[in-house]
Amino acid sequence: MSTLMTYRIEHDALNELIQELRKEKYNVIGPTPRGEAIVLDEITSALELPIGKTDEQSPAQYHLKDRTDKAYFGFSAGPHSWKKYLFPPILRLVTASGNGSDLQISDDASKPNEEEKYALFGVRACDLSAIHIQDQVFGDGTYKDPAYLRVRNQAFIVAVNCTRAGGTCFCSSVRTGPRARVGFDLALSEVIDNEHYFIVEVGTERGEKVMSSVSRRPAGDTEMEKADRLIRAAAQLTGRSLEPDNTREILYQNTEHPRWDVVAARCLSCANCTMVCPTCFCATVEDTTDLTGTEAQRTRKWDSCFTMDFSYIHGGSVRPSARGRYRHWLTHKLASWVDQFGTIGCVGCGRCITWCPVGIDITEEFRVIRETYLMTSRVSSTKEATHGNS
Amino acid sequence: MASVLEVPSDTTFVSAGPMVPRPFVVKRFRKETDDTFTLELEPKEGRSRFVFGPGQFNMVYVYGVGEVPISISGSPSTPGLIHTTRAVGTVTKAMAKLKKGDIVGIRGPYGTTWPVKEARSHDVVIVAGGIGLPPLRGAIYEILSNRKDYGKVVLLYGVRTPADILFKDELEQWRARFDMEVFITVDRAVSEWRGNVGVVTTLISKAGFDPQNTIAMIVGPEVMMRFTALEFIKRSVKPDSIYLSMERNMKCGIGLCGHCQFGPMFVCKDGPVFRYTQIKDLLVKWEI
Repeated sequence: MSTLMTYRIEHDALNELIQELRKEKYNVIGPTPRGEAIVLDEITSALELPIGKTDEQSPAQYHLKDRTDKAYFGFSAGPHSWKKYLFPPILRLVTASGNGSDLQISDDASKPNEEEKYALFGVRACDLSAIHIQDQVFGDGTYKDPAYLRVRNQAFIVAVNCTRAGGTCFCSSVRTGPRARVGFDLALSEVIDNEHYFIVEVGTERGEKVMSSVSRRPAGDTEMEKADRLIRAAAQLTGRSLEPDNTREILYQNTEHPRWDVVAARCLSCANCTMVCPTCFCATVEDTTDLTGTEAQRTRKWDSCFTMDFSYIHGGSVRPSARGRYRHWLTHKLASWVDQFGTIGCVGCGRCITWCPVGIDITEEFRVIRETYLMTSRVSSTKEATHGNS
Repeated sequence: MASVLEVPSDTTFVSAGPMVPRPFVVKRFRKETDDTFTLELEPKEGRSRFVFGPGQFNMVYVYGVGEVPISISGSPSTPGLIHTTRAVGTVTKAMAKLKKGDIVGIRGPYGTTWPVKEARSHDVVIVAGGIGLPPLRGAIYEILSNRKDYGKVVLLYGVRTPADILFKDELEQWRARFDMEVFITVDRAVSEWRGNVGVVTTLISKAGFDPQNTIAMIVGPEVMMRFTALEFIKRSVKPDSIYLSMERNMKCGIGLCGHCQFGPMFVCKDGPVFRYTQIKDLLVKWEI
């Protein structure tokens, strides 16, 4: 990879990059302000990026603010994540037609469409990790999701390194950010001092090809160092942390921890956390027929382990209580995910904290349980030590 | 992308997506009890069905209504595909109205199988509670078709009332064999009932088996499976020689929808058949 270049482009060349991607027939998806939030949507020029906008985030709070500069990426993760493109919230799987003795079934999910050649523009390091996690979920098992892999394999990824710590995120503690390390075509770092430019790290040949038509010059050492400093500062300013080691032992040994009752008393089971989470992958299938009954569709929709229907089998729901459902979600995210996919399912984006209507903080819930674990293991290891000495 | 529905026995059949059902024709509909029934199916396009192992399940799609996981209750070694189920939800109630010639969609086979090969040269004790018998029937067929390879073969079957007994004729045939023992118990008897009354675990003492050399296969409600396993362990059966089959909500059958999670396991692909030792710690926890 040593042949791959790092460039400096001026801030107004960002639009050239977007236009170049459009010329390559990519549907460019990027952050853009809509109402009172920065969401992800199709963008046709750099002017549609949230220029001079930032967000203030805290548990259950999200506010859009103006910045004093014209930064393109001066904000943190918004309510949308890229899974909405790679793993669409609603996807028609199958159309069936017929009557009793005839049944024609068409495989709709395997049909490509033109719009789905995406350039994901502005993917933060946490979200890039989330994409890699979903790659494992949908593409690494015995059974694969053909629709996910089709969209994923053609997606062009422009990552953006964070130069600002968000109000609820904790990427550095879970080792996913703030710098994008692998899996991008291009990675941008925005630098604003007396100048305003981007350092562009090329990650792939196809990234290099797109860059060849953008006004650029090789990045100088001082410029790169300046970007690095900003990224390191963002890591240091991160307010929250989640210790990602030994999560399995901690949670598997504490399924009856009293904290589950405390959090269940607050949790509304609204499912927001699972909808905004960039790694949550649960889905249901809905059946519909047209009015005449001659055509039926099967549609996949995002689902959440916070609903009662989620675990329903004849006789009732497997997890009827909010306690059981929250415990399932957190334990899956941080512990059983490791058994299933070799990594925790949390990337530290902070969305579940910001968008929880009652401000439940995953880092805080886990910290309390972890402290109990550390205390009891300290007690038992002290006991063992005493026993050993006597 | 290679289809997961492609199977060695049927190379002519190609389907792109793993969520696309394949049409099967209802060849026979048989009512078993008041609320249970058996469907005998064949692939619509005269080609052979897929290969499956005892204990596996299919996702069965009823046109316009929905899809449910149903274990295969037929023999892996005979043609056709047999499902036996109880009409309890929207989809199974619609299935109960199917008749000869109707079409259903099938995806599968999915999941793990009963350890019929590992059980060779062992005594085999099969314990079924209610609608738990159909998922075990494939294993019984497999064992009986290679009967000389096994030690004692015992079926312990518990149902709510005598009217709930499934596969009555077949049970009679099995009971008539000299090389298989069948014990049945009911929760509530009627005046004509001359058999056992009580929970299925009470039958274990009647089944003479060599505990050190026994494989147990259990299907029923979770609490029944747990206590049956404990009863076997009390009688010195090795915990990792006990197998049971779990049930969870499933939307995909292929480990992608997340619904069937049971601790770190996906029941659809890591199960439904588990070794008792794999899941014993989870069985004693509520809401896992």
